[in-house]
Amino acid sequence: MKLSGAEILLKCLKREGVKHIFGYPGGVVLNIFDLLHEDKELKLILTRHEQGAVHAADGYARATGKPGVVLVTSGPGATNTVTGIATASMDSIPLVVFCGQVPTALIGNDAFQEADIVGITRPCTKHNYLVKDIKDLGRIIKESFYVATTGRPGPVLIDLPKDVTGSKTEFGWPDKVDIRSYNPTYQGNEWMIKQAAHAIAKAKKPVIIAGGGVILSGGAKELKELAEYTNVPVTMTLMGLGAFPGTHKLSLGMPGMHGTYFANKSIQESDLLIAVGMRFDDRVTGKISGFAPQAKIVHIDIDPTSIRKNVHVDIPIVGDVKRVLVILNKILKADVKEQWKEIRKAWLKQIQTWKMDRPLVYDETSDVIKPQYVVEKIYELTKGDAIVTTEVGQNQMWAAQFFKFDKPRTLLTSGGLGTMGYGFPAAIGAQLAFPNKLVIDIAGDGSIQMNIQELATAVINRLPVKVAILNNRYLGMVRQWQELFYQGRYAHTRLDETVPDFVKIAEAYNAVGLRATKKSEVETVLKEGLKVKKPVIMDFVVDWKEKVFPMVPAGAAIDEMLFPEEKKKKKPVKKLKAVK
Amino acid sequence: MKHTISILVENKFGVLSRISGLFSGRGYNIESLSVGETIDPQISIMTIVTVGDDRIIEQITKQLNKLVDVIKVVDMTESDHVEREMVLIKVAPRSEDKAEVLRLTEIFRGRVVDSSQKTYTIEITGDDKKIDAIVDLLKPMGIKEFVRSGKIAIAREGIKK
Ligand SMILES: Cc1ncc(C[n+]2csc(CCOP(=O)(O)OP(=O)(O)O)c2C)c(N)n1
Ligand SMILES: [Mg+2]
Repeated sequence: MKLSGAEILLKCLKREGVKHIFGYPGGVVLNIFDLLHEDKELKLILTRHEQGAVHAADGYARATGKPGVVLVTSGPGATNTVTGIATASMDSIPLVVFCGQVPTALIGNDAFQEADIVGITRPCTKHNYLVKDIKDLGRIIKESFYVATTGRPGPVLIDLPKDVTGSKTEFGWPDKVDIRSYNPTYQGNEWMIKQAAHAIAKAKKPVIIAGGGVILSGGAKELKELAEYTNVPVTMTLMGLGAFPGTHKLSLGMPGMHGTYFANKSIQESDLLIAVGMRFDDRVTGKISGFAPQAKIVHIDIDPTSIRKNVHVDIPIVGDVKRVLVILNKILKADVKEQWKEIRKAWLKQIQTWKMDRPLVYDETSDVIKPQYVVEKIYELTKGDAIVTTEVGQNQMWAAQFFKFDKPRTLLTSGGLGTMGYGFPAAIGAQLAFPNKLVIDIAGDGSIQMNIQELATAVINRLPVKVAILNNRYLGMVRQWQELFYQGRYAHTRLDETVPDFVKIAEAYNAVGLRATKKSEVETVLKEGLKVKKPVIMDFVVDWKEKVFPMVPAGAAIDEMLFPEEKKKKKPVKKLKAVK
Repeated sequence: MKHTISILVENKFGVLSRISGLFSGRGYNIESLSVGETIDPQISIMTIVTVGDDRIIEQITKQLNKLVDVIKVVDMTESDHVEREMVLIKVAPRSEDKAEVLRLTEIFRGRVVDSSQKTYTIEITGDDKKIDAIVDLLKPMGIKEFVRSGKIAIAREGIKK
């Protein structure tokens, strides 16, 4: 039977198991929207901005592990997706983004609402397609889902000219994907894995660094097994939070620029780093030449380009994290005889003293609301049982530091690109996937304004997402840098009187708005906010002066940390250097 | 160090910009590039000459391999291979130099592919040393136009370094 391109698209989406599409209509995608109007199985969630649609699909994907699907129109609709796509690309999140395009005959003519979106997104997609012939449509859709979700996942974009969705052809759907030029390596090299096992047994001061790859591959259980069996402490990068329980006694918290003292110290002193599904981002390593100077490095990653990109690796293992860990654990248990408890005693004791020396702290005595206190209270009241999204800036770092993530896929945050405006739409996507879970966006007053229009999406779809704004009336993280490195000249970071009344904004959208201005009100507001079965904005008016500590100045080694002045202890605070 | 990298790619729309975009986006150099179909019209071969230390070349080959449309990447520099470029040179010699131009062409096993009252157009193939040498010799005779192809390369059979 002959089907139109639009019919083929919907049919393929259903075969891929898609239930929700995030999107926004326009002229050249009307063929598709018209069909969606009557469709019972596919639900389109209309966001209020295409960037919101992509972030929502991304949040959906991060929370579920399934690919997020987006449908937007050509030209401005397509270009509005770019930030969302780049965000997903940097964090290896599977998305399939469909953009309308002007009819094939008009492509290249500067037609109305034409944009070369395939050209524009080439560097920020894993792969992209322009469908020129309707006969290729089924295969391309199938390939797109396959490419997006296999290997190192990532966003794939499909550009759909209007005549392709409008014309008809015999429906064809390949049973399997065969792309001769695309064959990710899943199975790690056994000999290398053996080397890693022996290195772990020999190491006196090993540290595991777990990244987002552990979560993407579903390897959290295997990682825990490795850490517990060999008695090795684990630090989790921002993307890796939740890959290993933050409350575990072997957990060191996050490393890097705003990492814990003890995570950074452990890395710097260690003789073996076992890097799992992470890519040595500069926010983790600090100055490369001063990073883990004594450590041998084992690096497990599915992406060969991640290995030896930034740091020298002694034992490279290309493969799927989970599969590699399964084999590594097996080898360790079968072939390596060690007194794991004994050989780590001194090292773990050393780490324990670092933990006691400099835990994460803030001033708990003040009556002004400290942002860290709000995060801690959220953690306490939810007992950690929530999906947390964040915006970008101080709010993101405090969420990472003070909320203990025990399970994978419970922290959704833009790590690689650091996209302000990510958290709220991502929370909407996650809430759609898990209607009964508590989903909270820990936000900043600056970031929330970047996609605040999505309140409408949350309200109309009855998605009871919670937004906790750590309202410091500043682009706080930038202000922090200005205070520390630019002599306190707050060029264009003070929002103050222009910060809108978030309670009123919430109410204007028919959501609930609450505010706390004193420490004593925080708990009441949170309790009330978390209880409401509606979207809620909680505006916490916090101390604007608060800074995120520890902090490694850009360009410094990760043990050259700054600490809050009033908590200065034994170590002198390093002299500040100007930064780029 | 200079590396000559052969890349087998799907002969698809946009593949050249994927490759060149990868080089520009990551700050790698392209010294020369040539593209053509292989015997199988669905596959094209690109030859790229680039410079970088071992770490950069390793990244380049890995990044190329990661592109979905790339079938195979070979760093020709790692083994024995033959490299060729072609130039077309239009010279406008004074009448007393004409014989010398023809003599040089012959010595370098070039061919005169076009001539006019005032000019000869010479075709020469070879590796870059040979081409640089003839260019140096012809320069004083008056080169009017000069076109150089990208490099192409093929592995020698059976000999591995
Ligand atoms: C889209 C975007 N623009 C600019 C930046 C640079 N930036 C990083 S943090 C930050 C301040 C964020 O302010 P706010 O949301 O209020 O968070 P706070 O740091 O105050 O918690 C800015 C501007 C960014 N990360 N993303
Ligand atoms: Mg702020």
